Amino acid sequence: MTTTDSPPAPVAPVRRRRSSGDTERGFSRTFRWIATGSGALILATLAAVALFLIVRAWPAMTASEAELADAVPRYPDDTSFLAYVGPLVFGTLLAAVLALLMATPVAMGIALFISHYAPRRLAQILGYLVDLLAAIPSVVYGLWGVAVLAPAVAPVWTWLNEWFGWFPLFAGNVSPTARTLATVSVVLAVMILPIITAVSREVFLQTPKLHEEAALALGATRWEMVRTAVLPFGQSGVISAAMLGLGRALGETMAVLMILSPGFLYSFKILQAAQQQTIAAYIALDFPEASGLAVNALIATGLALFVITLAVNMAARAIVARRKDFSGAN
Amino acid sequence: MVGALALSLAACGSDPGADPSGEGSESALDLSGELNGGGASSQESAMEAWRAGFQSQNPDVTVNYDPVGSGGGRESFISGAFPFAGSDAALDDEEMADAEAQCGEGGVVEYPGYISPVAVAFNLEGIDTLNLTPEAIAGIFAGEITAWDDEAIAADNPDADLPSTDITVVHRSDDSGTTENFQEYLNTVVPDVWTWEPEGIWPIEGQESAQGTSGVVSAAQAGEGTITYADASQIADLGTAHVGVGDEFVEYTPEAAAAVVEGSPRVEGTSDHVFAYDLKRDIAGTYPIVLVSYHLACATYEDAATADLVKGFYSYILSDEGQAAAADSAGSAPLSSELRDQFLPSVEAITAAG
Repeated sequence: MTTTDSPPAPVAPVRRRRSSGDTERGFSRTFRWIATGSGALILATLAAVALFLIVRAWPAMTASEAELADAVPRYPDDTSFLAYVGPLVFGTLLAAVLALLMATPVAMGIALFISHYAPRRLAQILGYLVDLLAAIPSVVYGLWGVAVLAPAVAPVWTWLNEWFGWFPLFAGNVSPTARTLATVSVVLAVMILPIITAVSREVFLQTPKLHEEAALALGATRWEMVRTAVLPFGQSGVISAAMLGLGRALGETMAVLMILSPGFLYSFKILQAAQQQTIAAYIALDFPEASGLAVNALIATGLALFVITLAVNMAARAIVARRKDFSGAN
Repeated sequence: MVGALALSLAACGSDPGADPSGEGSESALDLSGELNGGGASSQESAMEAWRAGFQSQNPDVTVNYDPVGSGGGRESFISGAFPFAGSDAALDDEEMADAEAQCGEGGVVEYPGYISPVAVAFNLEGIDTLNLTPEAIAGIFAGEITAWDDEAIAADNPDADLPSTDITVVHRSDDSGTTENFQEYLNTVVPDVWTWEPEGIWPIEGQESAQGTSGVVSAAQAGEGTITYADASQIADLGTAHVGVGDEFVEYTPEAAAAVVEGSPRVEGTSDHVFAYDLKRDIAGTYPIVLVSYHLACATYEDAATADLVKGFYSYILSDEGQAAAADSAGSAPLSSELRDQFLPSVEAITAAG
């Protein structure tokens, strides 16, 4: 910074004459430091968060079962810490995976429509609207889920339960209020739709025109062109888009907290109330009244979420890296 | 009573922070300074309203209430750290002795200043009220009575056209004083049905739940055949239970809730300024599902400023405006004027020592 507003100091003329390139080099050196610093800051932040989680979770992870059962309100008696976190991890993963299963195909459809089917004007408007969807705060999604979606889907869930009750996901007693994991995952799916769509759209647009035209020249229909040229090219991009979405779904708190009627079971019954709970919503629900060891236990569940999110992202990286050679992106 | 209600309604309209000129005798005291107390978290939102109202009448005063819990409030009051405190239970004999020793001459002022009623609300097409005995309520919430046309409900509601819909219990998913209050009632009145220890977290798993009062109310509204419990002022358009008391069924009204305190016998053998009650949940005509929370103060303080502040603050709480403010923001049941007339002389008697 000091190089920019150099006052007319006695030594200045000598230096300045030497080269304006020197100042340039000063700039670029400063910028390099800023960039390196920003990069380091991210690592430092991550490390600080990890350290905080481990340090604060440690008392809960080392405490005896009896101590935990005594201090933590919802801690089941006579179980290890893993048995306490287990159902929460299960619920978190189930909600996120269901959301992903619903959102990814739809997002790919929207992205393909925008990139390859829609007229340019419409594509622009649609792209803009999808980005807008990403900007809606999760508390609004929560309110919408409770006030609009839950009453609306309740009959659908009843119908599913009636006809497909033999399928484990739709088994059990269907909840009349529809404040269940099924509704939650629909809301989560809507929430992660924009991020998956936006990334997929960008990737599909990157498909080399030559590939597409070659496919069309060989007599492919538009669908065949998409299938043979666009999708293989975009595969890794779509996977990383889905993982970004999964990351958001895993950590989503407010919408889950407002909609879900929680339970602490390893249960696949997504239409029944009081079966599952996600980690983020659990922490938000119990933190206000927690004290002492209960806080440590909550932070320990947060550590579990942190580990899951890291693992998901690393898996996504690994998949993308493995597929990179075939994507044509290089 | 009607007059008090009309007054409280009139006072409801005015924002507690809007009119610093105030009226009544409190502002004439010309108070200033800071008052730090704490205690029961059940009183937190009422205290919020009282602090705001009192501070707007006395712009130079700051009152703080730390919701550390009833036990913590009593401890800090006995140790002298809190000049005033709120507690869901009256001081027991041992605590009273310690507190009197700490307060010195004149002893302790204790009165039930906050009454929080809980309503049992349900969502059934075409049914606005149902008569429910305590046994039926406990059975429903325990999951033993599962259909609305169960004999335990039908027997007391010969005129109601009860559907065979399944009963869906909705409870609070968060740690809540309302849950504890409701369980306290069930556990006291029907201990053989409601065997769980009352606490802030609902003891039964596998039932529907939602976060916060608004959460359970909207969940109950969303499903047919739901039943829940919530602060009596917040139940919106849900049907309400008339709760069985003895042989009759009582509808919730603020007066009926406050009448529990009036009808219960005052604990004997205490000093004149201690109004502790042995709550009775079976007095005819009273609404029994209430939480009664006490206010604590010393009759004498070393410091004249503290004495004036506590006296001013408690007088405000017992005033019409104070009762209306708490009813408005915390949904509490206003104390009857008879009760307030009993408590006021003790509050007025708070003075500085020496």
